[in-house]
Amino acid sequence: MDWVRKYRLGPLIGFVILFIVLSILSSQFLTFDNLRNVALQTTVNALLSVGMTFVILTSGIDLSVGSTLALSSAIAAQLMVSHVNVALACIVGVVIGGLAGALNGLLVSYGNLAPFIVTLGTQQLFRGLTEVYTQGMPIYNLPTSFTDFGTGTVLGIPIPVILAAIMFIAGWIVLRKTVIGRKIYALGGNLKVAHLAGIKVKRYLVWVYVACGVLAALGGLVLTARLGSAESTAGTGYELNAITAVVLGGTSLLGGEGSVIGTLIGALILGVIDDGLNLLNVNSFWQDAVTGLIILIAILLDRKKSR
Amino acid sequence: MMKMWKLAAMSTVAIGMLATSFTTAYAGTAKTASVSGKTIGFADSTLTNPYFVALQKGVDSEAKKYGLKVINDNANNDDSTQLNQVEDLIQQHVSVILLNPVDSQSLSSAVKAANSAGIPVITLDRSVNSGKVATFIASDSVLAGKMAAQELIKALHGKGTVVELQGILGESAEIDREQGFDKEIATAPGIKVVAKQSANFDRATAMNVMQNILQAHPTINGVFAQNDEMALGALEAIQQAGKKNIKVVGIDGEQEAINDVNKGTMYADIAQQPTEEGVLGIDYAVKLLKGQKIPSKVNSPLHLVTKGSKFKGF
Repeated sequence: MDWVRKYRLGPLIGFVILFIVLSILSSQFLTFDNLRNVALQTTVNALLSVGMTFVILTSGIDLSVGSTLALSSAIAAQLMVSHVNVALACIVGVVIGGLAGALNGLLVSYGNLAPFIVTLGTQQLFRGLTEVYTQGMPIYNLPTSFTDFGTGTVLGIPIPVILAAIMFIAGWIVLRKTVIGRKIYALGGNLKVAHLAGIKVKRYLVWVYVACGVLAALGGLVLTARLGSAESTAGTGYELNAITAVVLGGTSLLGGEGSVIGTLIGALILGVIDDGLNLLNVNSFWQDAVTGLIILIAILLDRKKSR
Repeated sequence: MMKMWKLAAMSTVAIGMLATSFTTAYAGTAKTASVSGKTIGFADSTLTNPYFVALQKGVDSEAKKYGLKVINDNANNDDSTQLNQVEDLIQQHVSVILLNPVDSQSLSSAVKAANSAGIPVITLDRSVNSGKVATFIASDSVLAGKMAAQELIKALHGKGTVVELQGILGESAEIDREQGFDKEIATAPGIKVVAKQSANFDRATAMNVMQNILQAHPTINGVFAQNDEMALGALEAIQQAGKKNIKVVGIDGEQEAINDVNKGTMYADIAQQPTEEGVLGIDYAVKLLKGQKIPSKVNSPLHLVTKGSKFKGF
């Protein structure tokens, strides 16, 4: 079983088992349309969890992604209904996400504060600002040029899925093929050592949180385009889904160890579980318990294999 | 006349509220003299849901008519926050507390605290399990579920397969709407509920759940969503799947859903009237202040919205 450990195949094996079981239990599971749905439904969490992987690799955490998603998409949507150019509105949304991330990053690095506390605070702050901005009302009647981005396909593949795929590949390249990536791993290993090794620790930390915020904003744009409306409650609790995907994918919460490929598999496991439970019409009262059980089994599987 | 006003106000409210009595006296009329200037505390569960935003609007606008001052609290759906807020309202000696409880059990103690301080409590939309409530104003959720079932039976001419999207399991609105719907839909032997899944009263969740259900049951004829947010999410999934002729019925009366009913993309909506509910809250608070007797339960009206109705949502 050394090769399982070496290549960190635990999450993948868990995913494959789940996939096979669902294919046997439901005749509709293994169809192109259904798998496309799973991919589409996973995109928002996938985007959030790429950013979350970066943050967790530095031994940080970002609890504010769900609120960042809501704030950036509400502002972008409001601009759109005010007849601002759709592309410009999207860019503003992404910039808002980046600024939200920058605030987190600055407080964590230069403020020398614990990421958990900082992002717990900004989670409330950003959610509150969203509520003030939207007054609790959904923003709808968005231009079709925008909603097409959420519902359209290229060669049968939904556009949001393509966007998420690009972000995963970009994340993988940054982490595995660049100096920046190696430094991010080093940050999670030991901040002091990283600092002594001449890494501009604080500056890197800020940019990691900016990336996380930008990805949260992209997730928000996808969600808003798919729904055709932006809501102040959007993204509530999504931070936990993202963290779950990252951990399921084998990334250590202590930092310094893990990969975006693992995270992708983690996100897909969550997407497949939700889909399967609906397809099988599992009693609503049981769904949370079943989801929790599958997550625990997947984590145990990974631990056993990688010990 | 103005002097009498101020005297009356001073004797009934704290000195700090004097300033308000000047402004309210200006708006007041002789008819409302006895309550004008008094303060009502309104503890709302959340302002992230349009329904409860509309509820607050109803309270505010009606209070203005009577020259009442309102202290608005928003508990962000957190029961301990709301408990603290109600305690603060008691400390401020408001004349009546309007409470839209986050939780029926945990807010019972807040109501008891108000009871022992001698401040009457009116519950809006949801009530509490214990403690003395002057009156409970809400629309009948069991009836709303029943009306939704009747609309679906009518839409499908008593034949077909339907899906039920449930709200947050265990919430009274979810339990009651489901009970009303299930009982009524069972009276149509030709209609079968093929899937019953929870989407937590949430639009994004409902879109995904509906997409998945459409994979398992591509030929369904109708959807009952226990609230409008889920109905709107389901509609999005149905449209994106290119399905036509699936009749969707929701509950709540959100403007966006009403628009869809009028466009014909949604079949019908059982509208509650939260603004009206807030207005009733103030009306009954005023009755209490005037010493009148009020019933222990007041039904806020439900409104069946079908295509072409002139009804305005919230």
